[in-house]
Amino acid sequence: MQFGIFSVSDITTDPTTGKTPTDARRIQDMVQIALKAEEVGLDVFATGEHHNPPFFASSPTTFLGYIAAQTTTLQLSTATTLITTNDPVKIAEDYAMLQHLSGGRVDLMMGRGNTGPVYPWFGQDIRNGVALAVENYHLLRRLWREEVVDWEGKFRTPLQGFTATPRPLDGVPPFVWHGSIRSPEIAEQAAYYGDGFFHNNIFWTMDHTARMVDLYRRRYEHYGHGRADQAIVGLGGQVFMAKNSQDAVKQFRPYFDEAPVYGHGPSLEEFTRATPLTVGSPQQVIERTLGFADAVGDYQRQLFLMDHAGLPLDVVLEQLEILGSEVVPVLRKEFEARRPADVPSDPPTHASLIEAGDDHANAAMGPRGRVETGSN
Amino acid sequence: MSRKLVVISAGLSVPSSTRILADRISGAVQREVSSRGESLEVEVVELRGLAREIADHLVSGMPPSALRHALTAVSSADAVLAVTPVFTASYSGLFKSFIDLLDNDALTGKPVLIAATAGTARHSLVLDHALRPLFSYLRAVVVPTGVFAATEDFGGSGGQDGDGLDRRVARAASELGALLVSTSGSVPGFTAPAVDEVGKVDRISEESLTPFEQLLGNQLR
Repeated sequence: MQFGIFSVSDITTDPTTGKTPTDARRIQDMVQIALKAEEVGLDVFATGEHHNPPFFASSPTTFLGYIAAQTTTLQLSTATTLITTNDPVKIAEDYAMLQHLSGGRVDLMMGRGNTGPVYPWFGQDIRNGVALAVENYHLLRRLWREEVVDWEGKFRTPLQGFTATPRPLDGVPPFVWHGSIRSPEIAEQAAYYGDGFFHNNIFWTMDHTARMVDLYRRRYEHYGHGRADQAIVGLGGQVFMAKNSQDAVKQFRPYFDEAPVYGHGPSLEEFTRATPLTVGSPQQVIERTLGFADAVGDYQRQLFLMDHAGLPLDVVLEQLEILGSEVVPVLRKEFEARRPADVPSDPPTHASLIEAGDDHANAAMGPRGRVETGSN
Repeated sequence: MSRKLVVISAGLSVPSSTRILADRISGAVQREVSSRGESLEVEVVELRGLAREIADHLVSGMPPSALRHALTAVSSADAVLAVTPVFTASYSGLFKSFIDLLDNDALTGKPVLIAATAGTARHSLVLDHALRPLFSYLRAVVVPTGVFAATEDFGGSGGQDGDGLDRRVARAASELGALLVSTSGSVPGFTAPAVDEVGKVDRISEESLTPFEQLLGNQLR
């Protein structure tokens, strides 16, 4: 199973000091955070993509390329890549390039983006959100799998005899996740291709997450990619730790209370009860996270949100130390102990996809067949 | 078959004239329904006690448990009685915030009786200028008579003279009673499912999905 961190790249005032980092500072901090992830034994670093302040991560492949050059094992991913407003041609090329430079340590998570005003900045319209995600992703998939593409669709100019370059490393396109919080269409899309499904549950109750994952799993089986419990699932999470839980609560509370996303609403206690946010001892984080598998089944990737809400760099690095040394080793062991032998532990990697060859869903353009599950 | 009326009461003081009006109307509806040989269960949702949870839901997107119960009660009711005080020439902000948190389809096809209280009768058109369009937007079936009560209505004889409060309450209750008994009260398929029981996976139906090949359309060669 893969464990890692994802960042939304927010530039937020530290409520305890009143200081706001500059873009320059926060970008360098995020580099340190990504490098630390590998150092403490985490498997994945994923960056968000945003085109509006207070976020800075508008250029994910530039950032990930810089990280790739300074790491050796870290899997580089996105959370998410905007499949609606990016040109699929450019996504195909940028991420194939990153795949070559990183030696295949790349996968992507597709997302639609839910901020209406962003769409017209890139010539699109949020009312076409789902249709854009469907058309653009299908084209992206072809660009990575077909040498020469003739294509015509609704949302961009046609392609005649186009070859995206560079071609994917070893002829193997990067594995793709589809991230969605509320849209069944996206769970369906992930299932159709046999791609991964990531539910960023950090602001949601677990029963909602369980319903979305359950739908994806049933449809994955329906499209003939394997049994429902073998589908590739990822979840978000959000933690803040200290040796004893009172200290964690005391240290994190000002950041929680002032955070742009959840400040001035429910109390820290109410929020931790309702969502996956866990503020406490490493042991509490372990128990809470293990409980995710009870809700959604055995899954393959767990990403934590660690740097946000104005938390200073030294605190984030210290949190990563605790995560890497005290939490993740136990989670690895416990998650494997409960996993049936024929349920994959890891999501597909470049190496495993080379080995599986054309036999893998990732090599194909669609379903492997139809299975009438009748379990509805 | 027993019917269920859910009362949304947005008064802030205790006791509130809004709640007093709500009880008077729900009592009248109960008599109307039992006179037609059916029984009526009444559940009152007092918004005052939910004020913090309503604010939390607005900023966090998640309903805390008592609020979740109230929202489910409204969407699964056979009929709704909505009573608000008039604040600054309209329904109160708390009342509107609660309505904002209902599912878009929570009230579709549902009989609704609207009522309001105010210090002066000069606000009486709030029923038709503010409340009726709000519930029309939500595709509720709003009964023709709304009940507005000013302070003077509670002090007056109320009774049988002219268009007193009792007469308006009786007429509105009779209209709602007729709808409650003549129909099943809610349109199948439009009532929101009780999806949010914690710990229980209500499955998303595969039939509700658009098949992916249809979404792909002419992208499939």
